[in-house]
Amino acid sequence: MEDIIVSENLRFHYTNEYDEKAAVTEVLKGINISIKKGSFTAVLGHNGSGKSTLAKHFNGILMPSSGKVFVCGIDTSDENRLFELRQHAGMVFQNPDNQIVASIIEEDVAFALENLGVAPKEMRQRVDDALKAVGMYEYRYHSPSQLSGGQKQRVAIAGIIAMRPECIILDEPTAMLDPQGRKEVLKTIRRLNREAGITIVLITHYMDEAAQSDRVVVLDKGQVVFDDVPSEVFSNVEELKRIGLDVPQTTELVYLLRKEGIDLDSHIISEDECADAIEALFRTSNNNDDDKAVQAAS
Amino acid sequence: MSILKTENLTYTYSQGTPFEKTAVKNVNLEIEEGELVGVMGHTGSGKSTLIQHFNGLLKPTSGRILLEGKDIWENKTEIRNVRFKVGLVFQYPEYQLFEETVFKDIAFGPKNMGLDKDEIERRVRETAENLGLPQECLERSPFELSGGQKRRVAIAGVMAMEPKILILDEPTAGLDPHGRDVILGQIKQYHKKTGNTVLIVSHSMEDIAKYADKILVMNKSELFCYDTTVNVFSRSKEIEAMGLDVPQITRVFNALEQRGLNFGKQVYTVEYAKELIMKKLRERGKVTRC
Repeated sequence: MEDIIVSENLRFHYTNEYDEKAAVTEVLKGINISIKKGSFTAVLGHNGSGKSTLAKHFNGILMPSSGKVFVCGIDTSDENRLFELRQHAGMVFQNPDNQIVASIIEEDVAFALENLGVAPKEMRQRVDDALKAVGMYEYRYHSPSQLSGGQKQRVAIAGIIAMRPECIILDEPTAMLDPQGRKEVLKTIRRLNREAGITIVLITHYMDEAAQSDRVVVLDKGQVVFDDVPSEVFSNVEELKRIGLDVPQTTELVYLLRKEGIDLDSHIISEDECADAIEALFRTSNNNDDDKAVQAAS
Repeated sequence: MSILKTENLTYTYSQGTPFEKTAVKNVNLEIEEGELVGVMGHTGSGKSTLIQHFNGLLKPTSGRILLEGKDIWENKTEIRNVRFKVGLVFQYPEYQLFEETVFKDIAFGPKNMGLDKDEIERRVRETAENLGLPQECLERSPFELSGGQKRRVAIAGVMAMEPKILILDEPTAGLDPHGRDVILGQIKQYHKKTGNTVLIVSHSMEDIAKYADKILVMNKSELFCYDTTVNVFSRSKEIEAMGLDVPQITRVFNALEQRGLNFGKQVYTVEYAKELIMKKLRERGKVTRC
């Protein structure tokens, strides 16, 4: 599969606008990653690890201090192609209230299309499709103030998909939502990925969300420390906790049991896998000749 | 005697208009002194409206709120003192910082209480220390701090008033796992040290399960239950049906129960889950200690 986002030795530091001689803080220290078209990648990292800074490089909000970022083959430091770039890679931010610009939902979704000069008939079609895709079509004539946080985030996503992008980057889209809103948004993201083949880059603090992705990239101090499928990444329980992250409760339980000497696969992440493994533990224990020889070393 | 009691508490927004909505309906509740309570309920369940009654930000449409046995609205001029006794930390409290220095910001509440200078100084330094804010940061502007530090300054401002009841509305919203554990650990520490009553509103069942002794659940403007953590999670199916989350580990154990593997206990923390599994394995002679 072809790569849609490529970063080559990406480095970034913020400069002090008032004092050019002031010490610079380097936020990204040489990031090399490539993201496949149609994939669903989660980016984890504690506050200040550089994950939002990285995300902002993917649609040209920030430019690398050195190194390169290519999105859909476009060099993000090429200012002449910035508009084009942002049509291919849309971004959804954390706070739902900061992203809605219009007073009627369907007008908000049409905002980008108006800027792009899409013909009215085509626009009508795209807005309707986008609202249907996020399950907000019935709310098209509502005012944003009547919506919940999760609904507002879905409208923000609709505004992006109306542009028919190849890739959506979401920077902690569920951080300010309640569990219901989180579920709605995540379901929408996953469906867009699976059914419409849109590439997803999801920045998140929630381990259960990351567990649903194809690939987890973990950042710490501006560097990639893990980059693998979720089950591999989460099996590094101690290392993740050391850098201020967490693992799903299922993985943690398996980790604790393994420490007691119980023979379990360290790659368990879903609830079903966890229940299966525990069930198997007792099934074999009923049946002594099939004993898996569990010895607690204490 | 309970520290906080509500009697048939009802609150209706915009009464007498077409937008009339009863947000809290007939709530009867008794919170004992020194309890650490988790407050849950989905968005719109009435939990925020309820907690805003506890320090007199909202006045009940009908019913009463008793603080240490006294109706808080009996004498209107006394409501100021109620707000000193019941401290409320809003969601994203760091947006409310306004002073020039961290010290002045934390001192704002105690100063308004009319405390003398030495007492204010003691309280500010003590709370800052309890919340892990280094002394040297007290002279800095709160706006220079990191997000997590700002939040702790805002919480310190309310804690320094030493309220009998401290209520925090989603104190960990938007924080990373480490920041979340630090703040909750500090709140737990504060609770242990002062013995004061603490209420934490949270959407994270995993956090509530880990820290709270008792849980208050609001659903559709009514009090669904107020009970010990074990008892509340034993009703996990009803709670899930309300659109709330139960801890992932609870869901795993519910699934195991359905498959006929019963541990006989309600599981809501990972540690406890591990203990139960180990115990059962030992009972079956599956695990031998060497």
